[in-house]
Amino acid sequence: MREPRLSRRGLLAGGAATAAGALAACAPDQVLSPAAPRPAAASPAPSGVSRVPGGSDGSGGLVTEPFDGVHQAGIATPPQTYGVFVGLDLLPGVGREALGRMMRLLTDDARRLTQGRPALADTEPELAVLPSRLTVTFGFGPGLFTAAGLSGRRPGQVAPLPAFTVDRLRKEWSGGDLLLQICADDALTLTHALRMTVKDARAFAKVRWTQRGFRRGAYTHAAGLTQRNVMGQLDGTVNPLPGTPDFDRAVWVSDGPAWLRGGTTLVLRRIRAEMETWDAVDRAGKEFTVGRRLDDGAPLTGRDERDEADFTRLNAIGFPVISEQAHIRRAHVADPGMRMLRRVYNYDEGLTPDGHADSGLLFASYQADIDRQFVPVQRRLAEADLLNEWTTPIGSAVFAVPPGCPPDGWIGESLLG
Amino acid sequence: MSARRTIPAPIRRAVSAGILIAAVTVLGACGSEGSPASQGAPAGTAPAAVPSSASSAGSASPAPSAAAAAGATLTITDPWVKTAPKGMSAAFGTLVNPTDTEVTVVSGASPLSPMIELHEVVESGGKMIMRPKEGGFVIPPRGTHRLQPGGDHIMLMGVTEAVKPGARIPFTLTLKGGGTLEFTAIGKEFAGGKEDYEPGTHAEGDKGDG
Repeated sequence: MREPRLSRRGLLAGGAATAAGALAACAPDQVLSPAAPRPAAASPAPSGVSRVPGGSDGSGGLVTEPFDGVHQAGIATPPQTYGVFVGLDLLPGVGREALGRMMRLLTDDARRLTQGRPALADTEPELAVLPSRLTVTFGFGPGLFTAAGLSGRRPGQVAPLPAFTVDRLRKEWSGGDLLLQICADDALTLTHALRMTVKDARAFAKVRWTQRGFRRGAYTHAAGLTQRNVMGQLDGTVNPLPGTPDFDRAVWVSDGPAWLRGGTTLVLRRIRAEMETWDAVDRAGKEFTVGRRLDDGAPLTGRDERDEADFTRLNAIGFPVISEQAHIRRAHVADPGMRMLRRVYNYDEGLTPDGHADSGLLFASYQADIDRQFVPVQRRLAEADLLNEWTTPIGSAVFAVPPGCPPDGWIGESLLG
Repeated sequence: MSARRTIPAPIRRAVSAGILIAAVTVLGACGSEGSPASQGAPAGTAPAAVPSSASSAGSASPAPSAAAAAGATLTITDPWVKTAPKGMSAAFGTLVNPTDTEVTVVSGASPLSPMIELHEVVESGGKMIMRPKEGGFVIPPRGTHRLQPGGDHIMLMGVTEAVKPGARIPFTLTLKGGGTLEFTAIGKEFAGGKEDYEPGTHAEGDKGDG
């Protein structure tokens, strides 16, 4: 797939479109209505077509993702190359009024930085000028509702997940009252955004954990193609496609507490890959475990990555071609509107003295309803997924992800305002 | 989903005239709806020429808000005030003069402090000190004047209550000729801006926190 080059002229035209978009956005009811279309420049492409500028002229650094809108950015946004998830715990005494101040500050930081502008009182303003598709996304953990005195407005699904038999959860990778998810195609841009936002958060909260991840880069891998994880598997073939009704149904909250409509939920699982024992599995065994071929990602019953898996097909001796315990069978959800959006990053935290990797997946899953979408799948996987032998969940956190906001609003206003 | 292609600062500067026109249009449209006008600016760096009737009190985000009485002779973008438990603090931002004549700020006021001065930071005997600026802040025609840590700033002494992060603090600047500029500055934690007072202007040895 040849990617369109982004010319400077194109950028300037885009700027004009942005101004026009802001003009239209002045009427708050238009912005808040889920039915209102976003400005044309920000509307979803019909498919996973690559539009991240390629080439080596540096123009990719200038590309921005919109901040204001019905939904928060960083969810339907095609995943950027780098991601960092930060879990924070609120300090004692931080209540609703303070949370409002914090979220106004953080929203302002995010709104400026994502558009390539320095944060207010930015100490390194030069680091803000290459936004590189930066997005900053906020999530509210169960403890935030308690701190705000709003336990009654916490959706029941925003709670620690039920225990699964495969879990080996560690406290240092689990829980948290507030989530910052920062993603960008440039690591220095991400670092600057992380520093500027955390500097404003730390009067209100302490950092509980920081989880950094990466994917193949925007300049080396077309955005529409499925990525591979550290275990070598194509990961994310069956994923809701932004801009489709199935995506909207699967991801955005449309009922329940009014304040969360247009929002979603995030389950972040840190899944360690047991690379040493995975190395000992031969290729056929690896493919049998997952139910897909390693080279092209096609189901063992198909020829192409996108072919539907045929879970009924039997082999010559009468056993299912795709095992009863193969990962893709256990994870399969027939209704596309009930799937979760997986926006997965790899992690690799360095080596032991023996040269063993500490790597795996930051499994970020967005769904309208954790209890109906995430939990049943995870339960089926925990019961009998061959892949469990080589993957270990070591962290788990759940957040409500509030809806987006209009240009004069702030994230969380519908709950805390 | 397609990324919106906007123009980061360095390029934006080159086309600032065009963007400025767009921003003014936005403000006009918003103002007629009665919403806080400066909040709608797409870039937040464009000066906001707001009618004196516009109110900034209801603004929801910490983005700068400014309302100029006396016929929009001066505006301020990105106003913020350094957080402080008590004692001293300072406010910053960029003063923008959209008119064809020079504008001079002669004094400042805020409910936060009974004693506010317009300060400058100068070198004296090999170190940087701050002191009241003779004649106030002068903003040239069609020009800007930055108030920033290490430079000119609005100095607050005897701050009566803590300036908390994210707090919205009202200010009024008085211009030569009697006009005023009212705006709301956002409380922001900041490590820098700790120049010494000029000896003799305040208690000796006082460490300024602005």
